[in-house]
Amino acid sequence: MRTETLWLIVLGCAAATFVWRALGVAVVKRIDAHGAFFQWITCVSYAMVAGLIFRMIIMPESELASVSMTTRIAAVAIAFAAYYLSRRRLVAGVLAGGFSLSAMAAWFG
Amino acid sequence: MHGSNAEVMRKAMLDALSLPAFILLFTMMGFGSLARGAGFSAEMAALASLLIWGLPGQLAMVELTSTGQSLIAIVFACSLANARFLPMVVSFVPAMSRGRSNLPGMLLDAQLLSINSWAVCLREFPQIDVEFRHRYYVTFAASILAAAVVGTLLGYHGAVLLPAVLVLGLIFVSPLFFALVLSAVPGCAERISMVLGCATISLAHYLFPSVDLLITGVVGGSLGFAAGKYWKSGNAN
Repeated sequence: MRTETLWLIVLGCAAATFVWRALGVAVVKRIDAHGAFFQWITCVSYAMVAGLIFRMIIMPESELASVSMTTRIAAVAIAFAAYYLSRRRLVAGVLAGGFSLSAMAAWFG
Repeated sequence: MHGSNAEVMRKAMLDALSLPAFILLFTMMGFGSLARGAGFSAEMAALASLLIWGLPGQLAMVELTSTGQSLIAIVFACSLANARFLPMVVSFVPAMSRGRSNLPGMLLDAQLLSINSWAVCLREFPQIDVEFRHRYYVTFAASILAAAVVGTLLGYHGAVLLPAVLVLGLIFVSPLFFALVLSAVPGCAERISMVLGCATISLAHYLFPSVDLLITGVVGGSLGFAAGKYWKSGNAN
């Protein structure tokens, strides 16, 4: 593609993403932060974010797809075990999960 | 937490450096190398991370560009992949409890928001005095954004070559981090929404892959909201 087109793509994508953020601000200015609408949209964002994470782990489109589902789920379980055993230290959970995934991927292929 | 502005900024930077900054550094390295493969220049890739600041949209942009789609199709796909920012901004801004708020400032806050700062700040805010929350957020968000841009450039130039199995572990760290952070979310409606979100996406991803997250948010969130209300009314009686 031509350089100008690529620049337009980057700037267009930035503007198109910003539209959602600006719409969010527009909504915030009009709602009651303790009202039902706010509670509903908070639930919507939690559902979306949880869905996104679930998709990244269970239905990955990245290189993670080359790792078996069993390995991915086992690594998540190890991460949670390390997190709770370390009295909720995120670093411990993340390191344990990441390294165990790498180790299992190296071991089982 | 009590203290001065400097203390809050120090805590925000330490919290960013404790993990999220490194996660962004590594995930954006992946984006940088993909952007190079799709024909973008290093400046374009860095600017994309800085201005789009939402990985799913950035990945959509790179993917569709490398398959030679039209400008409109690419921008539309990126926008759709980043639509979560609307509910995220709405649920996040009131949590900062800023008394006075001007429009340009709010737009800038919204531009800085990412899934990392959203999840981490909502977790940390109850421990931070109201008047310091905004400063904590901006410092944290700016720190990880800087790491993201650096990571993009490192990945673009292929500065760090790691063994393939280690790369797998690094990619995995990002969703793992969010899963752990969100496991501590309080509130019954929020927790049910997350469980239902996972259930909904399993179906929506196969039926409507391009709008799966939107469906997940609306369906899972609405059911979670309703379940939360029902639960509350049940406890009250």
